[in-house]
Amino acid sequence: MQFESVGMRYGLGPEVLSDVSFTIAPRSFQFLTGPSGAGKTTLLRLILLSVRPTRGLVSVFGEEVSDISNEVLTGLRRRMGVVFQDFRLLDHLTTYENVALPLRVQGRAETSYRAEVVELLRWVGLGERMHVLPPLLSGGEKQRAAIARALIARPELLLADEPTGNVDPSLARRLLRLFMELNKLGTSVLIATHDFGLMDLVDAPRLVLGQGRLRIEA
Amino acid sequence: MNEVARPPVSAPSAPDPAGDPARESPLPATLRRNAPLVPTDSSASRALAAVIAILTFLAALCAGAAEIVATSASQWQGTVAQEVTVQVRPGPGRDIDADVARAEDLARKTAGIASARTFSKAESEHLLEPWLGSGLDLSDLPVPRLITLTLAPDPAPDLAALRTSLTEALPGVASLDDHALWLQRLSTMARTFVGIGVAIVTLVLVATGLAVVFATRGAMAGNREVVEVLHFVGADDDYIARAFQSRFFRLGLRGGAIGAGAALAAFALAGLFARLWRQGAAGEEIEALFGTFQIGWRGYLIVASIGVIASVVTGIVSRVTVRRFLG
Repeated sequence: MQFESVGMRYGLGPEVLSDVSFTIAPRSFQFLTGPSGAGKTTLLRLILLSVRPTRGLVSVFGEEVSDISNEVLTGLRRRMGVVFQDFRLLDHLTTYENVALPLRVQGRAETSYRAEVVELLRWVGLGERMHVLPPLLSGGEKQRAAIARALIARPELLLADEPTGNVDPSLARRLLRLFMELNKLGTSVLIATHDFGLMDLVDAPRLVLGQGRLRIEA
Repeated sequence: MNEVARPPVSAPSAPDPAGDPARESPLPATLRRNAPLVPTDSSASRALAAVIAILTFLAALCAGAAEIVATSASQWQGTVAQEVTVQVRPGPGRDIDADVARAEDLARKTAGIASARTFSKAESEHLLEPWLGSGLDLSDLPVPRLITLTLAPDPAPDLAALRTSLTEALPGVASLDDHALWLQRLSTMARTFVGIGVAIVTLVLVATGLAVVFATRGAMAGNREVVEVLHFVGADDDYIARAFQSRFFRLGLRGGAIGAGAALAAFALAGLFARLWRQGAAGEEIEALFGTFQIGWRGYLIVASIGVIASVVTGIVSRVTVRRFLG
């Protein structure tokens, strides 16, 4: 993942990101932080390819994204996992179905991934809640379901927007440990968070956004 | 930091059956695993199914009515085409009874004429009663006499030769009517009715398609977040289009089945009532007009096909609409 002098504005408004340059190396672990409104979500949306930059170059998995086809875009997204701040679980699907979604859209038969999904759900503490619809889950349970959905397809790059914002400190550390284990297995991890206590637990570079500009703290 | 168990995703290989947690603790029997990706149970879905049902019902009624007309017309044509009529008019200084006998004799000698029936003078006058009234003395009027000839299916009769021999033997008084004009008009009328029926069915199916376009666009707008999440988890446009197509095809199938079922029930009821009416005073007229009011197996097949076609149209239109929407 490489950004070179990327600028982003919505419509005719001011630039929310200016001259952003950074690289997410394979198997790396980093945090993305900064005050509210600094542009963290926009940066994540750029990485997820849901918006295109106004200027500059964005390369994902070595693919320059300014003119890629829908097929390539889908292929790139399948190599990423994302945890949204607002979870984005589908309310009409059970927890099990939500977590299994990335495997289901790949066309796999339900029986081929059932054991994996159940195992992951039990690991994140949702073994007894897999048949429940998201509106009946607590904030923490939704958070864990969203994380499980991001992990189930074993992505090469994991993006997490405030993944520990709705869980108690103990579970937050447990989830962080999960992200680190994934990282050791080869997944690049980028966690957007305000939680300095969490960031202090890991010796990892921090991408700090402020007033639309990015600086990297080792 | 607390130590935790190694996460399950750290073992990406195929699960060991012995350690398969799904086997250790079976999944709840009621666990739903493959619900439709697009929400289906909404008032908009029910409204669309109702619209499709109504449109299918109307299209099936049109198609069934056209089938009844076509079948009845075919029956009329078959009956009329089996007979021709020889008309013998009174001529000045001629013996009409001798002319009728001569015409009948010529007809009977023609190959392909199965039988001949001569209407007597009284019968001919009786035929005029609907127009002239009864109780009149028609003996002074030049009432023409009729001979109906029933045609044999094999060998085919040579009506042109019969017409020529009648004209030569009884010039100016005998003529042959093979009902060609009447048959042509009947055929034209039947084709017109069937054409109108096909046009109405086509229009109704187009209306169904347009209703599905609007409903699909509404569903896409209402499920924007679902579409976005599906994109983020790696679904391509074709997969999303298939999800919407599947949803709308099921809706179309439900609406089409209800509409076609209602139409089949309507025709079955109409046939039942027609049988009851035939036993009444006006029964002969009704039967003469509509036959038995049965649409037959072909009619039932057409009605059922319209239900299926409505479902297929719904599925295809929704898929195309989604692809264009996403594109």
